[in-house]
Amino acid sequence: MSQSNATKEDHIEVKNTTCYMCACRCGIRVTLKNNEVRYIQGNPDHPLNNGVICAKGSSGIMKQYSPGRLTQPLRRKQGAERGDNDFEVISWEEAFEFLENKLKELRKTDPKKFALFTGRDQMQALTGLFAKQFGTPNYAAHGGFCSVNMAAGMIYTIGGSFWEFGGPDLERSKLFVMFGTAEDHHSNPLKIELAKFKRKGGRFISINPVRTGYSAVADQWVPIRPGTDGALILAIIHEIIQQGLYDRDFLIQYTNSAELVNIDEADDEQGLFIRAKSKDLDADSCIDPQNKLWWDRHENSAVETHLQSADPYLLGEFTLGAEVTTREGKQQCSKAGTKVKPAFQLLVERVKEYTPKWAATITGIDEETIKQLAHEMGITARDQKIELPIPWTDTWGNEHESVTGNPVSFHAMRGLAAHSNGFHSIRSLAILMTLLGTIDRPGGFRHKAPFPRPIPPCAKTPKGPEGVKPDTPLAGMALGWPADPDDLFVDNDGEPVRLDKAFSWEYPLSVHGLMHNAITNAWRGDPYPIDTLMIFMANMAWNSSMNTVSVRDMLKDKDEHGNYKIPNIVVCDAFQSEMVAFADLVLPDTSYLERHDVMSMLDRPISEYDGPVDSVRIPILPPLGNSKPFQEVLIELGSRLKLPAFVNDKGDRKYRDYPDFVINYETEAGSGIGFLAGWRGKAGEKFMKGEPNPNQWEMYEKNNCVYQYHLPKSYQYMRNFNKGYLQWSRKHRLTRFAEPITIHVYSEVLQKFKLAAMGKRQGKQPPEHLRERVKTFFDPLPLYYVPLESQLTDTQKYPLNAVTQRPMAMYHSWDSQNAWLRQIHAHNYLYVNPKTANASGISDDDWIWIESMHGKVRCQCRYSEAVEPGTVWTWNAIGKGSGAWGLSPKANESQRGFLLNHIISEELPPNHEHKHLSNSDPVTGQAAWYDVRVKIYKADDQHNQKTWPQFKTHKQIPGTVKDKPKWFAFFAGLDKFKGGQS
Amino acid sequence: MKQYKTSKQLALVIDLNVCVGCHACVTNCKEWNTSGSAGALSDDNPYDKDPTGTFFNRVQTYEIGEYPKTETIHFPKSCLHCEEPPCVPVCPTGASYKREEDGIVLVDYDKCIGCRYCSWACPYGAREIDEHQKVMKKCTLCVDRIYDTDLPEEERKPACVLACPTSARLFGDVHDPDSEVSEAIREQGGYQLMPEWGSKPSNHYLPRRKQKVKHSPEELERVDNPLKKEDYQAEDSAGPSLDDVTSW
Amino acid sequence: MQPAFSVIFLTTLIGMGQGVFLAIYTEHVYSVLNVVQQSNNSQFYVIGSVVALGLLVLGLFASFFHLGHPERAWRAATMWRTSWLSREVIVLPIVMFFVFVYAVLHFFEFNIVLITFGSIDVNLSLVIGAVATLTVFALYICTAMIYASLKFLQEWHCVLTVLNYTLLGSASGFTATALLSFYTQADKFNFYLGWSLVLLVLAFISRIASLYRNRRLRPISTVQTAIGIRHNQIKQKSMGFMGGAVNTRDFFHGKTRLFIRSIKQIFIWLLFIVPLCIMTLTFYSPSYEMIGLAMISMYLGLLAERWYFFADANHPQNIYYQVIS
Ligand SMILES: Nc1nc2c(c(=O)[nH]1)N[C@H]1C(S)=C(S)[C@@H](COP(=O)(O)OP(=O)(O)OC[C@H]3O[C@@H](n4cnc5c(=O)[nH]c(N)nc54)[C@H](O)[C@@H]3O)O[C@H]1N2
Ligand SMILES: Nc1nc2c(c(=O)[nH]1)N[C@H]1C(S)=C(S)[C@@H](COP(=O)(O)OP(=O)(O)OC[C@H]3O[C@@H](n4cnc5c(=O)[nH]c(N)nc54)[C@H](O)[C@@H]3O)O[C@H]1N2
Ligand code: SF4
Ligand code: SF4
Ligand code: SF4
Ligand code: SF4
Ligand code: SF4
Ligand SMILES: [Mo]
Repeated sequence: MSQSNATKEDHIEVKNTTCYMCACRCGIRVTLKNNEVRYIQGNPDHPLNNGVICAKGSSGIMKQYSPGRLTQPLRRKQGAERGDNDFEVISWEEAFEFLENKLKELRKTDPKKFALFTGRDQMQALTGLFAKQFGTPNYAAHGGFCSVNMAAGMIYTIGGSFWEFGGPDLERSKLFVMFGTAEDHHSNPLKIELAKFKRKGGRFISINPVRTGYSAVADQWVPIRPGTDGALILAIIHEIIQQGLYDRDFLIQYTNSAELVNIDEADDEQGLFIRAKSKDLDADSCIDPQNKLWWDRHENSAVETHLQSADPYLLGEFTLGAEVTTREGKQQCSKAGTKVKPAFQLLVERVKEYTPKWAATITGIDEETIKQLAHEMGITARDQKIELPIPWTDTWGNEHESVTGNPVSFHAMRGLAAHSNGFHSIRSLAILMTLLGTIDRPGGFRHKAPFPRPIPPCAKTPKGPEGVKPDTPLAGMALGWPADPDDLFVDNDGEPVRLDKAFSWEYPLSVHGLMHNAITNAWRGDPYPIDTLMIFMANMAWNSSMNTVSVRDMLKDKDEHGNYKIPNIVVCDAFQSEMVAFADLVLPDTSYLERHDVMSMLDRPISEYDGPVDSVRIPILPPLGNSKPFQEVLIELGSRLKLPAFVNDKGDRKYRDYPDFVINYETEAGSGIGFLAGWRGKAGEKFMKGEPNPNQWEMYEKNNCVYQYHLPKSYQYMRNFNKGYLQWSRKHRLTRFAEPITIHVYSEVLQKFKLAAMGKRQGKQPPEHLRERVKTFFDPLPLYYVPLESQLTDTQKYPLNAVTQRPMAMYHSWDSQNAWLRQIHAHNYLYVNPKTANASGISDDDWIWIESMHGKVRCQCRYSEAVEPGTVWTWNAIGKGSGAWGLSPKANESQRGFLLNHIISEELPPNHEHKHLSNSDPVTGQAAWYDVRVKIYKADDQHNQKTWPQFKTHKQIPGTVKDKPKWFAFFAGLDKFKGGQS
Repeated sequence: MKQYKTSKQLALVIDLNVCVGCHACVTNCKEWNTSGSAGALSDDNPYDKDPTGTFFNRVQTYEIGEYPKTETIHFPKSCLHCEEPPCVPVCPTGASYKREEDGIVLVDYDKCIGCRYCSWACPYGAREIDEHQKVMKKCTLCVDRIYDTDLPEEERKPACVLACPTSARLFGDVHDPDSEVSEAIREQGGYQLMPEWGSKPSNHYLPRRKQKVKHSPEELERVDNPLKKEDYQAEDSAGPSLDDVTSW
Repeated sequence: MQPAFSVIFLTTLIGMGQGVFLAIYTEHVYSVLNVVQQSNNSQFYVIGSVVALGLLVLGLFASFFHLGHPERAWRAATMWRTSWLSREVIVLPIVMFFVFVYAVLHFFEFNIVLITFGSIDVNLSLVIGAVATLTVFALYICTAMIYASLKFLQEWHCVLTVLNYTLLGSASGFTATALLSFYTQADKFNFYLGWSLVLLVLAFISRIASLYRNRRLRPISTVQTAIGIRHNQIKQKSMGFMGGAVNTRDFFHGKTRLFIRSIKQIFIWLLFIVPLCIMTLTFYSPSYEMIGLAMISMYLGLLAERWYFFADANHPQNIYYQVIS
């Protein structure tokens, strides 16, 4: 071998940090040779990935040395138009001056006019803090267009969720059922666990219209028509109840199934739980008071829940008597004579019509298979019980000698979430998991700190326009968790305060905002125009916008005076993305290997099932060119704007830089809670809570950039009701209360919105045109309805569903600049079942049109037997704008790749409810990416080997590499591109 | 043909039962090898049309059967380090060789004249000429890792093996009957690719294994069926009963 | 396979060179044996040998374009025990050496008689020529075996490959020699022409036989054996990369079936039918133009034949590289 290993003179270093080639956040070890990255490997000592890595993580080198990297702050040239990529280099000082002046003025006049939206941001703790301090309600990250249905559907039901908050315990599970997941955030850990699970003989079922990736290794693939999982899950629930395969004890003890619901239609409290006595709770409290009733079979009357002696009914209808039995003895019943039913009875009635036969016609899955799924789940849960000799105590003081569990676990992601009926599908799933008795139990679903949280969690937005005041921080969080209609962020007319209309009657539980509507709304000036739109790490001129062609036009649209409708656009990106072209000011971010970062407990930490974990990134290379971490930008701006959190009493800058901020910032003076949970206290002796520790960074660095806390075994399970855990969690300020988090099989929160819509509730009322909508979709019990877009589409004309999937080797639009990854996915095809294609006379490889009622795209067809015939799909975000990302205008990505977003609309067709309703879930505002209905047909000109639409070529911009190598051979520590120049 | 007798034969065993086609092994291999002793592995048109480059390991996808009985197989393939490697004897320079000590098939880049003949002689398409160094390259079984005593013992494995998140890639001596790989081949039906050519690939593949269940109807009938607890009859206790209409 | 022009030129040129030598040496032997009229042909032997050498050198030169590192080409001689390529590399210079010696002997008319059998003088050049002839045949075998020895290239793995290389090389060599002899050795013209015709007919038969054989080949490797899964419907969906790789560049000709079929027709006409017709006519009315035309047609046909030879071979590795996406 000629090229020998490192010679003596080579300077070799190995450093630990955290990967950010995706949001999974694996620990990595980076070997540097003469200060160049030679090798990136998984850190074997990291709790998340145990040494493994993925295709993206391994290609970090090519991200680092990509010619598409931004290296200079840029300003759109005088006279140049947005979209033209005509920029001039400016200094950071000029950039800061501009921002300082602009933002100062906006903050002084109308802070709403500044909107900060961030994409796959892993520092919402900081970006959110900045927005709040600034005083704008217009802040959100990707959640709204990503998977808020998953978060809300589950958190409003079980107090935790999949996504980054919890997952399946595959170590002990026997049956694992995965809905609609192609890759997900927990990429490496899920793969590690899935493989172990399969090796020890676990059975894996995947429910997905497409069979790739994970589904490929499933023991059973259940192809389903997109958007119909709700029907399937409800039918499974039907069958499980029918066969008595539910975990009765679990339902009674830990859920509100046995709790009595007022069913008196004449009563304004119809559909709410009957309460024994109204404990006086402070209005803002977010606990779910334990004062509801059961119907006890021994006393044959209502008793307070969890009475030791009680044995409640789950089924039946009862009439309240004059008295109820409480722990304190008999008490007058204020609702005597009221008809009540246990919540479970209502669920049974709800799913009565949802038979497997019914679901078969909707889902395309035959009745037998649906029953088989139900039986398998039920029987496995019932007959393969796990018992761990771990004693624990529940919140009612009962001591348990062991932790038991039913080894059926689930995972679900955007296949369920990205539909306008996703909230209810996901709530159904959470209820199914609950019926099987699998919540935070071995072999089932497990929470990750800081979850479980109260249902709903405590954080709230301001409740009206008065929460937004000049020169004042926002009076609440920009994003919160409404518990009832009065928590909505609306004005007196019920109209939204936020630009994206989150927390309005249109999407009341839009807990992650509706970033996908921000640009359209700002452009239209509905609810109001804004002045400055700052976008961080989101490619909103491309893959995170629906209806991309129009959105790009909106970004450069002008009013009658020739001024841009969105006057200022500031973009912080690390690459020359499509979005950069529309910026007036470009802030070049560093790469992940060049900055400090925090995966904070205040945001979405990397916690494990057995306790909280947070982690950091430590720079191992200096920033490239003039790039600057966005964190530093925010600290600098916060200081210049004198936002209270960033300056001291005298108004002087408080933090030198971001690392300094991370160490010293506390949520409130002396709260002891900061961005990092580990090694707090003067000498690092405390965790979660404690004074700032000046050496915190060093301690993380020494510990693989991770702080991990293992809860005592007895605190690791049943955490919704685990006394020890809840107290521990309160003590360490993960939660405010130690009250049990009863599982909401029946959702009173939703019922409160429904009551408001029915005019049965005091307080905030929906505008008339939305009453019906709120009444329909705010149902305390799960329901199935056809996705909204399908309801409004001629499905004869557009018979197919079109969806996208994540390729494992690419992260959104990030990786086309990556010379290695783009060799794996250089362009994309539309995958079509041969039967479907044949019916339209389309052959494999043909150029075709895919058309929805919103637009059409020209692309190439690829046959696949692994897709349900009513579905077509493609890999997400492979297609690119020509010339963007440092690629040649002839690159495959732009010439043969395509973006499905062009045919997906951000708004529903105008209908009776509203002219401009978002194409989103009516409960959560989740973008309904996968609702789009399409037809496909063969393109006339087969010789034209190009996709459509095409966009004006992005010019190379200052600061990016101009002469890209025609070839290279990367070899760290030598001249890195030993290639020819083009 | 020459019989290659090696006491030890290192190899990879790929478990198709768990491979999810993530390509981690592909790019990690590239990454390790490009700045290691097999490097630098060149890439052409890295930012232009039809990017292409030298990779030692590729992951392919196959679909088997017709909808809905479709199986999707992810299929990683690198040099199989054949026991009777047809690529070796044809090499006119001796640049291609099979190591006696561990059976690894290697190319000596200093001897290789880049005639490509060995790549014609490999039925598996496992060799790739480096278009710029003009020598033949291929998977080295990470020979520059597995004996590197500077690395901790547990890391003396091929880069792709360490990277693989599903541990679908096992590494070891297939001649040692007690090794993990031999055991896996024996017990899980490990097989070789294109056995028809007698090249005896050392790398083996483990087939898909499916867990199936069948519940008998009796399993649905149980005394502890919780529905039996919900025998609440209060509503039906009004109206006439047998007591009212019979007289005996 | 993707035909490489360096290899096409190499094999056709050296094949012809070898054939030229065989032609002159055959005539040499015949004249020694008095089968043909004896004359002092030394000058023509020199010309023939030089032409043969020239073609061999040209072929060798072309082969260098196939090598990534021609400066190390000498190394290719080391593995003669196992590698036909190595053997070719060794035999080729040996052929050149003996042809050269043969030419030198004739040039200096250095004709020591070694033994005499009756009226037949066995002189040194005759012996050297015999040795050269042996090496020429060895070279045909080596060259052809480079291809024929690859057993999974079923189209090549056959004695017909060796026969074809030998016959086609000889036929083209004899024709070239006929051309050479038109003015300088007019009396031998028909001798060379006759042999050319015979060899070309034989080559035609043998090449058609191999075409026939190859058409009936059933691939032994299938996608089933390639990935080890038994099912009658297996389709590749992705080869793992999209912009192509050595595997798609070196092993696929990337041409349409129609193109391939046309090349086949072209070589059958240009290499066999046209020259056979012209050469038959030439018998009756010898003309420089005619034989020249036959030669040109033949060489072009030969290039097409060799191109087709490579394109026709279906490498089993191709099973792994069917589909991008
Ligand atoms: N059709 C369709 N569209 C979709 C989806 C879908 O399934 N189908 N999925 C949606 C979902 S779930 C999501 S989350 C979105 C994601 O969509 P986005 O968040 O818009 O997109 P990304 O491609 O993740 O990248 C955003 C930008 O981050 C930049 N970037 C990368 N690294 C850095 C860095 O270190 N610093 C800075 N400042 N910038 C960086 C990239 O260059 C890119 O321009 O896409 C959505 N779009
Ligand atoms: N490698 C890589 N990893 C990523 C990302 C990436 O871009 N690349 N993105 C990250 C982000 S931001 C996110 S949000 C996650 C998302 O992770 P996933 O949830 O895995 O996202 P998708 O790829 O959108 O997968 C959706 C899956 O649902 C299926 N599906 C679509 N509609 C339906 C349906 O109605 N029912 C069912 N049952 N299935 C359906 C699709 O076929 C697809 O397999 O991944 C994260 N991880
Ligand atoms: S899964 Fe994500 S964080 Fe982990 S190694 Fe891959 S890219 Fe990096
Ligand atoms: S797989 Fe190919 S290159 Fe590797 S040893 Fe076998 S024949 Fe040689
Ligand atoms: S390319 Fe190199 S290794 Fe291959 S046969 Fe030729 S000399 Fe040997
Ligand atoms: S063993 Fe090493 S060289 Fe071979 S495929 Fe794996 S990483 Fe690549
Ligand atoms: S890394 Fe492992 S799971 Fe991923 S493609 Fe390679 S072998 Fe398969
Ligand atoms: Mo996302």
